[in-house]
Amino acid sequence: MYTLTGLKFKNPTILAAGILGTTGASLCRVAREGGAGGVVSKSIGPMPKTGHPNPSMVKFECGFLNAMGLPNPSYPSFLQELDIAKKGSGVPVIASIFGGNPAEFKEVAEGLLPAKPDAFELNVSCPHAEGYGAAVGSNPCLVEAITAAVKETVNVPVWVKLTPNVSDITCIGSAAESGGADAVVAINTLKGMAIDIESGYPVLGNRSGGLSGKAVKPVAVKCVYDLYTALEIPVIGVGGVSSWQDAVEMMMAGAAAVQVGSAVYDRLDIFSEISKGIETFLQRKGYSDVKELIGLSHEMV
Amino acid sequence: MLPLNATIIRINEESPSVRTFFFDHQFETMQPGQFVMVWVRGVDEVPMGLSSKNSITVQKVGEATSKLFELKEGDSFGLRGPFGRGFSLPREEEKTLVIAGGVGAAPLAPYAEAASASGSEVHTVLGARSADDLVFEERFEEAGEVYVSTDNGSKGAKGFVTDVLSGINLSVYDKIAVCGPEIMMASVFRLLQEKKALEKSEFSLHRYFKCGIGVCGACCIDRSGLRVCRDGPVFSGVQLLDSELGKYTRDASGRRVKI
Repeated sequence: MYTLTGLKFKNPTILAAGILGTTGASLCRVAREGGAGGVVSKSIGPMPKTGHPNPSMVKFECGFLNAMGLPNPSYPSFLQELDIAKKGSGVPVIASIFGGNPAEFKEVAEGLLPAKPDAFELNVSCPHAEGYGAAVGSNPCLVEAITAAVKETVNVPVWVKLTPNVSDITCIGSAAESGGADAVVAINTLKGMAIDIESGYPVLGNRSGGLSGKAVKPVAVKCVYDLYTALEIPVIGVGGVSSWQDAVEMMMAGAAAVQVGSAVYDRLDIFSEISKGIETFLQRKGYSDVKELIGLSHEMV
Repeated sequence: MLPLNATIIRINEESPSVRTFFFDHQFETMQPGQFVMVWVRGVDEVPMGLSSKNSITVQKVGEATSKLFELKEGDSFGLRGPFGRGFSLPREEEKTLVIAGGVGAAPLAPYAEAASASGSEVHTVLGARSADDLVFEERFEEAGEVYVSTDNGSKGAKGFVTDVLSGINLSVYDKIAVCGPEIMMASVFRLLQEKKALEKSEFSLHRYFKCGIGVCGACCIDRSGLRVCRDGPVFSGVQLLDSELGKYTRDASGRRVKI
């Protein structure tokens, strides 16, 4: 067992937001068949949204480009899914939420409370939804106000997911910390675009989107490394983690746990595989606790 | 994989609302039942079952398909795939029953052909609203015996495919492949369940897809959480026990919508 922001996880691999998280049944499957130590839902907002037109996700050799556009059924419809996930997954269930301002975040958090999520993750980092996500998450004052608004509404941990599409991610991380965040999650996707040269059309229905997968891992490692130095609260590492080696690297940069997103493309049981790999690594290296890895590289000077 | 550029080389009108678009790329490894994501540039990208190695057969139902119907030979669209799990082919000595309704015949015509080519005896129950709406009747006839039903009785038996099915001895078949409107598939599912034939059956589901590659979760079905785009679109009847089949689907926002 492994404790993070007061929650107990069976292993430090968590399903990232926006991946296989639209339904309660899917979240249960990721936990039970996939072996995830915890699961984060699709980001839920105040109103139903259909998202951007397709193509909404394309795969490259180095990663994935996506622009879903925050499709979600809104919090009243998501309650039953959250309830299914809570009852069936057997792991902590974190509700990812979004809004355009502190009042909307508060409304959504309050609206989901009846299903008793174990924590909330605030999406202030989606790079391709007008008026939401990174549009609010690149403004430190707004991030602090949003975090504070949700903190005073709920009595479970609040994580804040950060965008790397800012000049200094630690400044946004500090704002979240000042607002009372229990942890930050870094990073969301990097802005990106692809063009179909046969026609000249941008490939994504939204024209541009966010890059995830292997290509972004070094960016994520650097962000986690810097946030670990700048903040007192835990940093949860996400971005391009697709093997136990990636997870160990992220933890050595300072991640208290890792989230896995687009790597579920390879196989659903990636979570079991990563957590077993970490265990074997700990034994081989003679570490008694996974916590010994967290921020290790900061001491290597 | 970025979409490849597919140029239309021929268009066949199968029925008043269904057309087959043949394109200049052959998906040599395609398994019948697999789908491609068809990108009508500037509009949308939608999943379509392959009706042969180089064709999709489309019913005009929404914005993307309406735009597709405006395209002519020489025009092009984007294609990604083939994706998902197709129908499992019978062995030589096995008997196959194909149950197709409306444009659900699209992925089943290449299946019937492949099953027949592998030596299996293939029978098809083909249903549609009227004689004009029957899709690929000749292709199924080439593969074996065909029983036709139409809702208005303009050809074959008047009624639904289930009316034809209830007169057929299902115990002689080793594989049963089903695709059609969900209400029809749900009726077939119940009938196969009653006749204890569910274990040898496979159904091709349609759900709203976003990513199409098994990552986003928009198409997951209850209660298994299986992804239609990746774990399906073809599922065994047993996988669909206690599922949402025939009860509800989800719209693009993820809200449940009654069928």
